[in-house]
Amino acid sequence: MNPTRRDLLIAFGATGLITPALAQHVHQALLEVKSLDPGAAYQPKYLTGHEYQTLRRLSDLIIPADEHSKGALDAGAAEFIDFLCSRNEKLAQIYTGGLAWMDATMQHHHQVSFLEAKPEQQTALLDLIAYKKNETPELLAGIRFFDWCRRMVMDAYYTSPVGMADIGFMGNKALSSFSVPQEAVDYAVKRSPFANS
Amino acid sequence: MFQIQRSPQVADVVVIGSGAGGGTTVKVLTDLGINVTLLEAGPMLNPSKDFKEHMLPYEVDHRGAGPNAERYFGLQQWGYFEAPNGYWNIPGEPYSVSPDSEFSWFRSRILGGRTNHYGRISLRFSDYDFKPYSFDGLGTDWPVDYDEMSPYYDKAEEFMGITGTKEGIRSAPDGVFLPPIPPRVHEQLVMKAGKRLGIPVIPSRMAMLTKSVHGRAACHYCGQCGRGCRTASAFSSSQAMIFPAMKTGKLTVLTEAMARELIVDASGKVSAVSYVDKRTRTEKQIRCRNVVVAASACESARLLLNSKSPLFPNGLANGSGMVGRNLTDTTGYSLSGHIPALEGLPRHNSDGIGGMHVYVPWWLLDKRNKDFPRGYHIEIGGGFGMPQLGAFSADGSQRAGYGSGLKDYVRQRYGASISLAGRGEMIPNEHSYCEIDNSVVDQWGIPTLKFHFRWSDHEIKQAKHMHETFTSIIETMGGTVTGITHPEREAKGVSVGGTIIHEGGTVCMGDDPKTSVLNRWCQAHEVKNLFVADAAPFNGNPDKNVTLTIVALAWRTAEHLAAEMKKGNA
Repeated sequence: MNPTRRDLLIAFGATGLITPALAQHVHQALLEVKSLDPGAAYQPKYLTGHEYQTLRRLSDLIIPADEHSKGALDAGAAEFIDFLCSRNEKLAQIYTGGLAWMDATMQHHHQVSFLEAKPEQQTALLDLIAYKKNETPELLAGIRFFDWCRRMVMDAYYTSPVGMADIGFMGNKALSSFSVPQEAVDYAVKRSPFANS
Repeated sequence: MFQIQRSPQVADVVVIGSGAGGGTTVKVLTDLGINVTLLEAGPMLNPSKDFKEHMLPYEVDHRGAGPNAERYFGLQQWGYFEAPNGYWNIPGEPYSVSPDSEFSWFRSRILGGRTNHYGRISLRFSDYDFKPYSFDGLGTDWPVDYDEMSPYYDKAEEFMGITGTKEGIRSAPDGVFLPPIPPRVHEQLVMKAGKRLGIPVIPSRMAMLTKSVHGRAACHYCGQCGRGCRTASAFSSSQAMIFPAMKTGKLTVLTEAMARELIVDASGKVSAVSYVDKRTRTEKQIRCRNVVVAASACESARLLLNSKSPLFPNGLANGSGMVGRNLTDTTGYSLSGHIPALEGLPRHNSDGIGGMHVYVPWWLLDKRNKDFPRGYHIEIGGGFGMPQLGAFSADGSQRAGYGSGLKDYVRQRYGASISLAGRGEMIPNEHSYCEIDNSVVDQWGIPTLKFHFRWSDHEIKQAKHMHETFTSIIETMGGTVTGITHPEREAKGVSVGGTIIHEGGTVCMGDDPKTSVLNRWCQAHEVKNLFVADAAPFNGNPDKNVTLTIVALAWRTAEHLAAEMKKGNA
């Protein structure tokens, strides 16, 4: 499922306000639906509104909400990155430069910004820059930027309550005793080379 | 006008440094009714403020990256959530390394020193570790032997609280143990692999309380010992030794007090300690009858070398020229592996005590045809660790891409990797030492250290053996090696010297004043009221972490000093 489309449906489905114009103005629409996640009320400290929304969209593509769990938007990934950009010039330059590269590249191919592009145009670009094997002089800067972006979105996600829930982290609690569940031991041994020993 | 403030009183004993050795000295002496003044170069520790063991990353905006994103640019010296314990580089306190060497010097500047965060692995040295030359002709025998040390290991273990089991293995002598803790799932697989390969995997010996001892609460199994422990259920000299000593009224603690020099009188005894009060940048002196230097191996050597006088032109107690020599660190090499049998493991809390629940003691002691002397132990990592920044970066770059598939990949592999870390013995060599760099002083004008460090073939071959062993363990588990766990320090096949943070040997013991600095009581041959109580007296650095032996040896030294004071000899 395309999360942007789903967000739009949730936001506007009840009132039946889905129009062709809306589909062409994803940027605007995203601003409208931002109240669906905690980061929506966040005022960017460093990035411009457009940069911040582009980053939110990117984070949502990298770690989307799906049938298993919530995604990067609910983990506050864009807020985390914007906050650190406000504290570190080098990082800020990586993100303003990288986001501008995304826009310029999309502009070059489709005459729209990354945020305004259709979801399939957005993923087509990510399919190029999300893999080192695609490295060409034209894509190198994008690949490098995406690597930063994926790393920090993953960092933000898995250090958040929703990310910890996704992988099932249950620790750092005060316990009166420690034990190891036998079913977990049996599960691993059965699948190991020691199953019959 | 420059004026040095001198204390009117004369302290019975001044202890310099508050880590494992200083803390033990303070505890033993104050328990015996002796007044002690303790100098610590860093601030007082406040566990309720300084320890963050139960914080989750999302409780701070930067999630642990540091307020200025330091982590992302390699500028974070230590994890944000870790106990405040020290750094590789301290502003205003430089050190240098000779061009043909690599060495990193970790220093702590806080009450309790490195014991606030250390791994708490607590292994007795074995009989042959005290007599290495007699064992295989390498190194130097200690003037003490295992039988003399054993009662002090008993005292140290009983007081600190060490988990373990009696195994009857010569390379891993048994001690006074608290109940062990059950092995985690991945550790049980390592045990099975060990059985197949003939490698013993036994309950770990760790200074965490599986039972309450000496008024310290039993462990609550949050697994965050490296961040410090507010309940003092993991041993630290600050909480277990120094805070209780402060309550006796026998201990005076001077924090932010950086020792500059030991001053000797005409008779050649230490009469005062000169130090910088960092808060006011003033020079002070405290007069003393006895001094115990426990500033950490290299810092203790530096203090002696910087204490020059007409009687001791080469540095205090350094007639032998041995101060700074025989610098050692533990060898380190580690491999990570992916274990498919652990993929999708049913979720549970695998924290337990921080660090490993089982380990591998050296198991080839009797094998004579290997190509390196002595040996190493293996530390085992794995489980469902608390997600931290960077924890899944390797997953991201290996799988690449984005979207739900990336999430599935991380979820499947979470908890399915293990790490095996070798910690081995370095044989002291003539190329490894520290000396004063007269061209550089620190911000208080104290001349700094220059390091020379070289691994020999012994250590290089040992690390190769680690690589082969770890590969075979991982593959026997049905797994694949994913790479070196710490490429930043082990890329050349063995750790950079100093990075395992087990420095020792710079103020060595011996019966002969021509070849050693300290006698069998860790008392300077040439200066009878000067004692050393950290890892500096260690004649060798076996494959057993240094802290337990620092505590046991300092305990013995302190009892000797107290007995001498009682007899009127000190």
